[in-house]
Amino acid sequence: MQSHGTDQPRSAPTLAVDAVRCAGLRYRFGAHVAVDRVDLLIAPGETLGLLGPNGAGKTTTIRMLTTLLKPDEGTVTVFGVDAAAQPMRVRRLIGYVPQSLSADASLTGWENVELFARLFDVPRHVRRRRVAEALSAMGLAEAAQRLVKTYSGGMIRRLELAQALVNAPRLLVLDEPTVGLDPIARADVWEFIAGLRRSSQTTVLMTTHYMEEADLYCDRVALMHHGTLRATGTSDELKAGLGEGATLDDVFRHYTGGTLDDDSEQGGIRDVRRARRTARRLG
Amino acid sequence: MTSAAPGAPPAASADPLQPGRLGLPADPPLAGLRRLISRVATLCWVELRKIRHDRTELYTRAIQPALWLLIFGETFTRIHAIAVPNGIPYLDFLAPGILAQSTLFIAIFYGIQIIWERDAGVLAKLMVTPTPRAALIAGKGFAAGVRSIVQAAVIVVLSAVLGVAMTTNPLNLLGVAVIVVLGSAFFSCLSMSIAGVALSRDRLMGIGQAITMPLFFSSNALYPERLMPGWLQAISKVNPLSYEVSALRGLLIAVPTNLWLDAGVLTGATVAGITVASLLLPRLAR
Repeated sequence: MQSHGTDQPRSAPTLAVDAVRCAGLRYRFGAHVAVDRVDLLIAPGETLGLLGPNGAGKTTTIRMLTTLLKPDEGTVTVFGVDAAAQPMRVRRLIGYVPQSLSADASLTGWENVELFARLFDVPRHVRRRRVAEALSAMGLAEAAQRLVKTYSGGMIRRLELAQALVNAPRLLVLDEPTVGLDPIARADVWEFIAGLRRSSQTTVLMTTHYMEEADLYCDRVALMHHGTLRATGTSDELKAGLGEGATLDDVFRHYTGGTLDDDSEQGGIRDVRRARRTARRLG
Repeated sequence: MTSAAPGAPPAASADPLQPGRLGLPADPPLAGLRRLISRVATLCWVELRKIRHDRTELYTRAIQPALWLLIFGETFTRIHAIAVPNGIPYLDFLAPGILAQSTLFIAIFYGIQIIWERDAGVLAKLMVTPTPRAALIAGKGFAAGVRSIVQAAVIVVLSAVLGVAMTTNPLNLLGVAVIVVLGSAFFSCLSMSIAGVALSRDRLMGIGQAITMPLFFSSNALYPERLMPGWLQAISKVNPLSYEVSALRGLLIAVPTNLWLDAGVLTGATVAGITVASLLLPRLAR
């Protein structure tokens, strides 16, 4: 039942090292097992969507991958580097955008990106150019000198992408990149992520609970539920496995025994709360 | 069911990147120090940009020290209630104490800020950059120092306007800046350490308010140590704020003190504070 075969990158076997390799990954919060023996491969250049309702263990998996948590068991490597053993080196490989809108509202867009350029040791003589490039790649060249408190939610999310991109990461990790955004801003953010993929070979790992977005924008999806990985594969493969006319929602229901609808409705309410909290914070 | 999975493709099982072996060359010996300095400079730069964009806090934070100097200071100078050494006016004695107090109040805020950053996801983002925990904490500590220097300049000018006879020797003023930075760095690390234990903003606000006044009153900011009861003198002796005040008095109004001892205690306290706060930081990031 484990769609183990699809774990292999679709592109024929290469000598290139996997972008991400999780093996037997496990994490416990007290008695609660948040992530339970997760095995996952991501090929270089691939966009993988980690799907699941809130509490499925997506964010905990990402936190281990981004060196914020050390796995209780198992290993996670990024381009062959062990995240637990060599966190500093892994951090240089990744750009990370957390779930909540987390740009500094009291700085300008430029300053927000320059901060991360400095924190990633982008050399001084290329810093200005790299900051400008990251901002214009995300369509923020015009707004760069404005304080972020004047930005819309979609602009802040794009600014965060620019912050993550200024280091030219090999792996971009996006935790619910469109959560809390209105539909127009969501489409907008996706357009920029898609443009980024076309222009660079960046590998992308994202979590989401919007099935339709995963269907549209991810090369492969991995379904997570109660801390375990239930299935991985391309969206078409997974749907085909269920027969004619199946949707990703059906796939999810098939592998988890539950509907995502209940959870996503719950998520909807949380989204609203989170968006409100963010709005308050940004004044 | 998942037990079938660990039989993952064998390709990477012979991990070619043993830590420190075949990978990138190991960091040169001074890289850690250079990175520390670079990160501290970066976080101080951010703080300066923030102050530039929004100066209101600079003004609102000047109100309280102004009240202490104008009302408390002027009144107690008149009634000669507190006998201060060397026959200097009480207001002159008080000014460095208020300077230290206002930097303490600024620094204590940084623990609340780091919890806010945790809640907003900012902290996670910072911790996913190649920045060692200690460099992150030190950077925040010295950023508090930068804000305090700007605040200190306001208070020094205010004191001069009120007629406090202060030095104009640039070396002494530079010394004041160093002491203010060290004091703020220590107290912000104290606050960030408490944040790492308290973990919530509400709790930290309560704790912050519960400790700032005792720190202030158990120091020599308002009265000389020899006027205190014995038990309070003992507390004052281990209160880093007393050493900050003594150093500032020595530098600004030439009240004799052992400057090396004062600076040494503050430096030691700052190093200890950075160590403890960075050890507690992963608790916040969980």
